[in-house]
Amino acid sequence: MTPRDLAAPAAVTLALCVTPFVGLDGAMLNLLIFMMIIALAAQGWNILGGFGGLASFGHAAFFGTGAYATAILQTKAGLGAWPSLLLGVALGAAVGAFIGFLSFRSGLRGSYFALITLAFAEVLRIASNSAEITGGAAGILVRLDYGFWNMQFEDRRWFAVLAVICVGLSLALVRWMERARFGARLIAVRENEEAARALGVDVFRVKMGAITLSAGVTALAGCLYAQNFLFLDAQVAYGSWISIEALFAAIVGGLGTLFGPLIGAVVLLGVGEITKAVVGGVPGVDLVVFGVLLILTVAFAPGGLAGLAERLGFKRPGAKRIGLKGGRA
Amino acid sequence: MYSPLIVAEALLNGLMLGAVYALVALGLTLVYGVLHIVNFAHGAFLTVAMFGVWLAWSQLGMDPYLSMILIVPAMAALGYAAQRWIIGPASRGADNSILLVTLGLSIIIQNGLLALFSSDTRTIDTDYAFQVVELGPLLLSFPRVVGLGAALVTAVVLWVILNRTDVGRAIRAVAREKLGASLVGIDVGHIYAVTFAIGSACLGVAAALLMPVFYVEPNTGAAFVLVAFTIVVLGGMGSVVGALVGGLLIGVVESASSLWFGDSLGQIGIFLIFIAVLLIRPTGLFGARQ
Repeated sequence: MTPRDLAAPAAVTLALCVTPFVGLDGAMLNLLIFMMIIALAAQGWNILGGFGGLASFGHAAFFGTGAYATAILQTKAGLGAWPSLLLGVALGAAVGAFIGFLSFRSGLRGSYFALITLAFAEVLRIASNSAEITGGAAGILVRLDYGFWNMQFEDRRWFAVLAVICVGLSLALVRWMERARFGARLIAVRENEEAARALGVDVFRVKMGAITLSAGVTALAGCLYAQNFLFLDAQVAYGSWISIEALFAAIVGGLGTLFGPLIGAVVLLGVGEITKAVVGGVPGVDLVVFGVLLILTVAFAPGGLAGLAERLGFKRPGAKRIGLKGGRA
Repeated sequence: MYSPLIVAEALLNGLMLGAVYALVALGLTLVYGVLHIVNFAHGAFLTVAMFGVWLAWSQLGMDPYLSMILIVPAMAALGYAAQRWIIGPASRGADNSILLVTLGLSIIIQNGLLALFSSDTRTIDTDYAFQVVELGPLLLSFPRVVGLGAALVTAVVLWVILNRTDVGRAIRAVAREKLGASLVGIDVGHIYAVTFAIGSACLGVAAALLMPVFYVEPNTGAAFVLVAFTIVVLGGMGSVVGALVGGLLIGVVESASSLWFGDSLGQIGIFLIFIAVLLIRPTGLFGARQ
């Protein structure tokens, strides 16, 4: 990876860092923060689902672990917010490695992998809904206490900047992956596992690396979520909503592309807000639109919005053209 | 400890709950067996069917069991249309694409229902919901006895369709060898959609059996779909006998674990079985090794 490779991610990150200061009102600022959290979760999903071709239906398992770890370590163990966040990421990655170890050792892929990740997330959701440490069904509340060391900012613009920086770091990580041997091996495994193995790629190790990275990034999104809303319950942390939004954003934005998840998160949530504004307070309409967009993307633009942009002539260096590949499990 | 009588009743009730689970799983496993796809929208279809039964009762005053004559054909039509005009064309046969298209479809249905009906739970009042059937010293709930009977009848009908009719032969031919089937003049796209229709019709029956004892809200199907997947995986993807046995087994397990661990943790037992089966023997009890 050369410094030039980082030019585009850095430029996008800088531009996003400025947006909170151009006079956004409170609602827009909240939307921006939420977009960044979803973009981060989607970025994580994309590492495994886009680059690795292993579509997960249970990224909530990682998101929720990051979120709960951040909240519990602060409230129950008295740790600072920043170390809690780092530990949250590490724990999320560990959960990813655990699920990956079990699934990949048994050779699960395709639909089977999607279903087992969903089952793990559901087990965590039900368990955290009745466990004592997570506050059970009542949920867990982080005390409001402004200060840099508590990662709580009275001026919410700074939290937006923090979220943007996290997205920027994830962009750099994925750009590194694209350039590194690891990324090449991962794509080789996605395209043809047997051929990759025949070429000497350690398939199991590559998949383990992908799910660990993927889980860590999505866990970071969960940590930010906990820190932003200061409240968690089982449905928020481990509910299927986040698995679905991460997957939708990554696919609509562009599977296996650097900027796809970010584009997808911004477009999806933007469209969602517009729909809600047009239709009014009917619950669920935005998700109906998301579902339609997902099906349209799979049917007509397997490369997502990033792929469409490329087809229309916006050339982006380093973008890799891909489609959904299905290995029968 | 519980008295043997309570345990026996719980297990029998589990068996009857399992029969309805088996019906839901039958549709899922049939579609998997023929199209080799995982239909993630199966649960959402069940919710649609349950709302259909509820509407027939609240708007037309129809008895839930009687409403089958409306709901079952309607569900078959819905299943046919969904596969023929949405899932088939949109996914072009790629495994992951089908999974995603059916996921998208389930999100659309689930939230469309939420927008239309809000998240209130709806139930049907019948005279027989709390009636019991006495079997020696045991008291069994009447709707569950009906459920068990109807599930077994449906399984037999399904077996007859698959083994004794031309459509059934065509379905089995497509499941075995798609190209060969199209070469002898079978319209594969049509047969795929017919399979989907039969699978969805099973949901119509299941919905009519469930409504007297259960409630419906837009997320109801989602709770069933994971149970159905567990059953299908346990019984072996694509195996009809497996779905029946798996369904009854899971019903008993859920009933037993609810008795000992309480309702919320009863569900965990199912997921843990699901994970264990996927990890240890993904081909299930009755599935052939691929």
